[in-house]
Parts: sequence; C-alpha cells; structure tokens
Amino acid sequence: MKLKTTKLTKNNLITYGFVIALFAVVQIFLSAGKVSSLMQGLLVPLCVYVILAISLNLVVGISGELSLGHAGFMCVGAFASAFFSKCTVDLIPVAGLRFLIALLIGAMAAAIFGILIGIPVLRLRGDYLAIVTLAFGEIIKNIANVLFVGKDSNGFHFSIKDAVSLNMEPDGVMLINGPQGITGTPGDSSFLIGILLVLVTLFVVLNLINSRDGRAIMSIRDNRIAAESVGINITKYKLMAFTVSAALAGAAGVLYAHNLSTLTAAPKNFGYNMSIMILVFVVLGGIGNMRGSIISAVLLTLLPELLRGLSDYRMLIYSIVLIVMMLFNWSPGAIELRKRYSPKRLLSKNKAAKEVE
Amino acid sequence: MSILEVKNLGISFGGLRAVDNFDITIEKGQLYGLIGPNGAGKTTVFNLLTGVYKPSEGIVLLDGKDITGKKTIEINKAGIARTFQNIRLFKGLTVLDNVKAGLHNHLHYTTIEGILRLPRYHKVEKEMNKRALELLEVFELEKEAEQLASNLPYGKQRKLEIARALATDPKLLLLDEPAAGMNPNETQELMKTIRFIKDKFDMTILLIEHDMKLVSGICEELSVLNFGQTLAQGETGQVLNDPRVITAYLGE
Repeated sequence: MKLKTTKLTKNNLITYGFVIALFAVVQIFLSAGKVSSLMQGLLVPLCVYVILAISLNLVVGISGELSLGHAGFMCVGAFASAFFSKCTVDLIPVAGLRFLIALLIGAMAAAIFGILIGIPVLRLRGDYLAIVTLAFGEIIKNIANVLFVGKDSNGFHFSIKDAVSLNMEPDGVMLINGPQGITGTPGDSSFLIGILLVLVTLFVVLNLINSRDGRAIMSIRDNRIAAESVGINITKYKLMAFTVSAALAGAAGVLYAHNLSTLTAAPKNFGYNMSIMILVFVVLGGIGNMRGSIISAVLLTLLPELLRGLSDYRMLIYSIVLIVMMLFNWSPGAIELRKRYSPKRLLSKNKAAKEVE
Repeated sequence: MSILEVKNLGISFGGLRAVDNFDITIEKGQLYGLIGPNGAGKTTVFNLLTGVYKPSEGIVLLDGKDITGKKTIEINKAGIARTFQNIRLFKGLTVLDNVKAGLHNHLHYTTIEGILRLPRYHKVEKEMNKRALELLEVFELEKEAEQLASNLPYGKQRKLEIARALATDPKLLLLDEPAAGMNPNETQELMKTIRFIKDKFDMTILLIEHDMKLVSGICEELSVLNFGQTLAQGETGQVLNDPRVITAYLGE
C-alpha cells in the first residue's frame, strides 16, 4: 500500500515557499522604493515575531502546554548574545561570523534556561504552568533591568545594585548598564538574515513534528496515560519540546538585539504584553498550524502601521480585526462556510462533475 | 514456564481495600479472563500490573523478572502492553501514527537525524511504516491508515488500541473490556480477532470482560474478583458454574 506522505512534504514546501515569496515581494517593493522608512524598520521585527510565533506554537500546539513566558526566553537570548557581540566587536571583525556565534550563544543560553525552568515547571499542567511561566518571564525581565556588568583592566565586574558598586578602575567600560541596558550592540541583523532564520526555524520545527520525537510529543498531548503505556517518556519529550521552543525564541532574541543599537528590558519588548501578543499570533493563526502562525504574525505586526493614518481609531480597528479573525478561524459556522467554499473542494467537485458527464 | 506470576498482590486507597491477596499465574500462550461485578477491582489489578499504581504489598514476576512497583514505561519495556476500558487513542494523530507511536521504543533514530532528515531517518521511518501497516492489516484498518484516529468508528477504535499495544511487542497483552459498547456482531468478530492474535503472535492475553459469551467462548481459565477478593479461580467451565460466582453476579 502506498502512503501519501508526499502530501505532508508538499504542505511543508508550501509553507517554505510562502516565506520565500514574502521575502521576494518585500525585496521588489524595496528596490522600487515603495517602502516607507517606518515599514523598513519593521522588517526585522517582523521576522522576530514570526520566529517567536512558530516556536511558541511548538509548545502550545504540538506539546499542548500553555506557556506565557515566551518573551522571557527571547530576553535571555537577546541579552546573552548582545553581551557577547559587544565584548567581541573588535575581536571578531567579520559581522557574519560574529552574528553566527552570537546566535549560537543566544539560543544555547535560552535553551539552558528552558531546561532549568522546564524540569520543575513541566510537572504542572494547564493553568498552573501558564502562571509559573508568566512569572518566569517577568523575573527574567526584572533581573535584566538590575544587571550591571562592567569591564576594566582587572576583568569583569558584576553587580545587581548600581553602576558605582562595580568598583571599576577609571579605564572601565560599562557593558550592561541596568535599566539602560546594552548600548552599542553591532547592528548585524538584516531582513535577509531574518528570513533565513525564519526558514531555519520552520525547518527545525516542521521536521521535528514529523519525526519519531514529534510523534511522541503529540501522543503525550493527546493522551498522557496511553503514551506512558506504550513506553513513551513523558518528562523527556515535554522537556524536549519546551527546550527547542526556548532555544528558537532565544534565536529570535538574538535577531532582535542585533537590530537595535540600545537593548533595554522594557515591559514593552520583553514583558508579559509581548508574551501575550505571541500567544495571540499562535491562537489566531491556528493552534498547531505553523503557516497560520506566520500569516497572523505578519498581518498583526503590519496592521497597526498600515492603520497609522487613522490615528485615534487605530487600536479600535486593530481589536475589531482580532475579533473578526478569531470568529473566522474558530466559530463553527465560519468553519462550515470555509469548508464549503474551500478551493480544494470546489476543484474536486468540478472534477467529479466532469466525470459524471 | 509461566509468563506472569503474581503473588499476594494488594493495595488500599485510604480505608478501602481495593485489591487483597491477589494471586494469578498465567502460562505462555494462555488466554486468561478476569471477571467480576462492577467495582470488584479488576481494572485496579491492571493498573497495578502496569505500574499506574504501586502495590502496597505482593510481587509481580514477568517471565521470571521482578517488575513489582516499577514505572509504567519500564513495565512496558519489560513486556506488558494494555488497552483501556475507556478508549485512549492519540486522537490528533493518524491511525498509522498511533501504531508508530507504539513502535517508539523498537525503532530508533536520534533527534538530530530526524531534524536533518539524514539517511537513517528515511530508512527507519520506512521500516516503521512497513511494520505498522502489517499490524493494521491484521485488524483490517489499513485503508484508514491516514485518517485521524478520532474519525474511526467505535469498534475500529477498539481494534486500533489493540494494534497499538501489539506494536510495543509485548509478552503479555492486557485487554480491559475489549467488547464494551460493541453489538453482538462486533463482539463475535472481536472474538475471532483475539483468537487470531493469540495464534499469529503466539501471544499471552489477560482480559477483563463482562460479556459472558465472549468470556466463555475464548478464555481458557478465569479468575473471579469480588470486593477485591479472589472468589474463584480455574478452568472457565468450572468457574462459571461455581455457585459462589453465580451468587456474586446474580445475587442470592
């Protein structure tokens, strides 16, 4: 018997193609000079959000756990990598190589935090897990805000009080300056790198899902007890999904940090609002649906900017769009309607009609 | 040589003695039935055997190896697989993937090989598909292989659960009320399937069942539980005619 595994690969190829097409379209608009500088500034963050949405979807959609601390992992990745890049900006003059190492460091740091948080937290379920991860995100953000690191001829100095208590020599340089964060991170990110990272993220997540490990992760989501009864190690696979997701969020943080000259841990970028926003991308795009995550992340990031002309009504329309999208995606009536008018069905109907003739 | 040897197994939940002094010996290739009125402790015995509960006392030997109080995963690796009274499938996965999840510990490749789609991934996945389809064919589910498990009709879901359990290549298969919710025709077919599995895989089977037709039709030996105590044990015909068993089921 022949299996239709090709259908799955085809579906994945469409997703990759979609991202590449998006890149091509933006490039065409860019070369035609049709993109405002404001929009240009949004391109890298767009990739950051897409990566975050895909990685969170791995936890929420595939592993079936609600995590509200995704911005925390992004924060870890951002700070670890920005710190590294700032220290080595003179040491490694090649931007590409420096960014690659920074990327690995950021992802690794976030993965380590993912494991550390995951081991105790993944014993909790549902709401409890959500609350603990939420708290974790806030803790990371607040720690980043009181972290002071400097370097002088004697080496590195750390403090979680203020810059003075670092006791540096006069030749000392501040590397991380508490609430003022890290200034002077080399701007190594670009839209191209962002898109490449999105593709890598997709590659990792989609291939993980369609493998032995992905099956194990999803079987735990569907039925813990049955998964255990066929010999699947619950802790291992939950932790795997959580850690991979954290590492990818860390990578998104690296991209984010290297797009800004000043990196601060504000509630706006690493706070709980951010975590919720990523979750909104995932839920609107369809839980477990990676392509949907990409589309909703792109739309919802661009929308507020596109609506800028409407000034005061901007956020009103934004929220209405959210509600409409939610209804369109999830209400039973809309699902029915979508099924009836889906291009696939219309096509097969035509085919059937022809065969009858 | 006995596959399963259980001695003096017992567990209490608070003040309730759910299973008390339970003994059972199952020989290789036997079809053994565990019956008893509702609440007698049959499923609790299954949960004790598969490590869902830790027994308060007693020992469980599987093929001569002590597996008392081990974790569910280890017990599955040691060779006990089960199905559930209320069907527990991986509903978001396809029928094929449900069986492949059962093959999890038998065919390996690393995470990296999986993500990078290295040659071993393709080789092992192919082998997995082959084995899973073979199993599905036994249960006549191969046509539904790529449907979601939740879309299967009830009887086929029961079959799929057995197929998944068999995929873990057990020495002993525990079936928890396999005929529950089936109509007489489906039950008849199920009896055939169970006999077929027993012969084809040379499987030892312990099953809980309420359907007396099925029990008397296929079980060679029986244990009867009542209020956690073993009421009777032995050859099916004898046990079913035991006045104490009849009393337990039908009342005085």
